[in-house]
Amino acid sequence: MVIPMQLSADGGAVITAVRDAEYTAEVTGGAIGSFSLTDVSVAYGRDRVIEGVTMDVPAHAVTALIGPSGCGKSTLLRCLNRMNDELGNVHVGGRITLDGQDIMGKAMDPVELRMRVGQVFQRPNPFPMSIFDNVAYGPRTQGIRSRTELSDLVEATLRSSALWDEVKNSLKKHAFELSGGQQQRLCIARALATRPEVILMDEPASALDPISTQQIEDTIAALKSSVTIVIVTHNMQQAARISDKTAFMLRESLEAPAFLVEMGDTKRMFTNPEDTRTESYITGRFG
Amino acid sequence: MSGTARIRQARAAEFVARMVLGAMAASVVAVALFVLGYIVFHGIGAIDWTFLTQIPKDRGREGGIFPVIVGTVYTTLGTAALTLPIGILAGVYLSEYAPRNYTTRAIRLAITNMAGVPSIVYGLFGLAAFVLAAGFGRSILAAALTLTCMTLPVVITATEEALRQVPQDLRQASLALGATRLRTIYRVVLPAAAPGIITGSILGLARAAGETAPILFTGAVFQMRRTPDGPLSQFMALPYHIYAQVTSVPGWNPTLVWGTALVLVAGISAASIAAGIWRSAQRRKVTW
Ligand SMILES: Nc1ncnc2c1ncn2[C@@H]1O[C@H](COP(=O)(O)OP(=O)(O)OP(=O)(O)O)[C@@H](O)[C@H]1O
Ligand SMILES: [Mg+2]
Repeated sequence: MVIPMQLSADGGAVITAVRDAEYTAEVTGGAIGSFSLTDVSVAYGRDRVIEGVTMDVPAHAVTALIGPSGCGKSTLLRCLNRMNDELGNVHVGGRITLDGQDIMGKAMDPVELRMRVGQVFQRPNPFPMSIFDNVAYGPRTQGIRSRTELSDLVEATLRSSALWDEVKNSLKKHAFELSGGQQQRLCIARALATRPEVILMDEPASALDPISTQQIEDTIAALKSSVTIVIVTHNMQQAARISDKTAFMLRESLEAPAFLVEMGDTKRMFTNPEDTRTESYITGRFG
Repeated sequence: MSGTARIRQARAAEFVARMVLGAMAASVVAVALFVLGYIVFHGIGAIDWTFLTQIPKDRGREGGIFPVIVGTVYTTLGTAALTLPIGILAGVYLSEYAPRNYTTRAIRLAITNMAGVPSIVYGLFGLAAFVLAAGFGRSILAAALTLTCMTLPVVITATEEALRQVPQDLRQASLALGATRLRTIYRVVLPAAAPGIITGSILGLARAAGETAPILFTGAVFQMRRTPDGPLSQFMALPYHIYAQVTSVPGWNPTLVWGTALVLVAGISAASIAAGIWRSAQRRKVTW
């Protein structure tokens, strides 16, 4: 499979289409990477933390999840790739579909889902192995063995996470020798290498310096033409800068579960929110 | 008290602490060096080609210790072959798969208790279970099984601890890429934990190689004409050879006995130094 590539004006590499048409059609039958959540609720044991979340996450756009600490943003994000399954004693209710396909039922294998829905974590977490092996981990898991195919994939994904120029001569170097910002871009490349439709990012820049943060934001902007991105962030300016849609969640008390206050175009949410609670949160009056 | 006085006092305390702690560390090193030096001093005279390659003569007062070395190597390798797979897999189960419930806690408690059982008790158990009940007779197999019982808790605990050190983030990253739990374990978690697992295993096996009590009733003999020819053969062993010389050979040859001790200590040290070198090569790559 060939990955079409194009250089943007400033010299950075941008992937125009991560998947070829065949792959897209066979996996998704048309629209790719859009989630639809209906009345989603999550409980950790008996502690109901989220309830009644209904929203649509559009394909090929950046959706920001914002809200005060503890309101369940990470929890909701983990519903989208079923990582909550791994925590044990977590109950997810409601219905979530990816491109129309139910992802919560028995029919969906979480392993398959996670190849379509990648995740980037808050702290950079490269594997203790070489840069190349980090990126090739997902494809190898999918059974890709051909050296040339892997090399092509590694190069393409490192280009699209804007790390290629810095590491192209040291792919065998251990990933821990990279800086924090480079490690996070490596993690983005690693997540891209399985050719996902969606990438979930849980505060991907919160552990990074301003310049690395900028690079991550640029990467996100370049990626959204080919991948759907759902990002959790505590940084309002960041949400305003990079996202197309914003969803605001709130947990008003520890007894009651969190809910979705409102969701809409980022521009409108930040200039003209419908709910006064959204306004106070965005303007920094609580949270 | 003025600020400068407080700082001066703190600095004095710091100095005293450094001296006291340093002295403690130095005395440990001194004891270790003294023990090693003593063994080397008394034993080095015995070490030559004949000693290492010939069979004992005159009940061990003369000749070499070749079959003794071979016996210890065989039992230790046998113990490793049994202990490592069982111990590492059990450790992986406990760390990665076991549910957090009473059964698991009971298993853990049992393992901790196993580690505290005196080695002579293992010897007695080995005699009853492996030599007599299982019918292996006094043999390398029975001894290795006995040593395995003794070493298993060390290896299991070391494995579990090493796995626990691996950040949860790494498992999450692998699972989120669509890897199964099993793949996550053998491609990410186990390699990251390998240095700790190997260190613990070497420590456990070193102890097994140097123990007398567990092999006393289960297969070690004082004298054999030939090297062992199979797992059901009896064997000579370095620690038992030392014990037997000193307790039942009138006019035993101190140089040869110290030489035997030196071979045992050198073998164990070589194994742990090799593991240490390998580990520090790894550590440059693996730090969280
Ligand atoms: N593994 C877990 N087990 C039990 N409770 C959990 C677990 N993870 C999260 N919770 C609880 O669920 C609620 C939501 O947590 P979550 O981490 O999703 O919030 P968040 O919005 O991501 O917060 P933050 O902005 O601080 O990251 C919190 O009350 C938290 O205590
Ligand atoms: Mg969170």
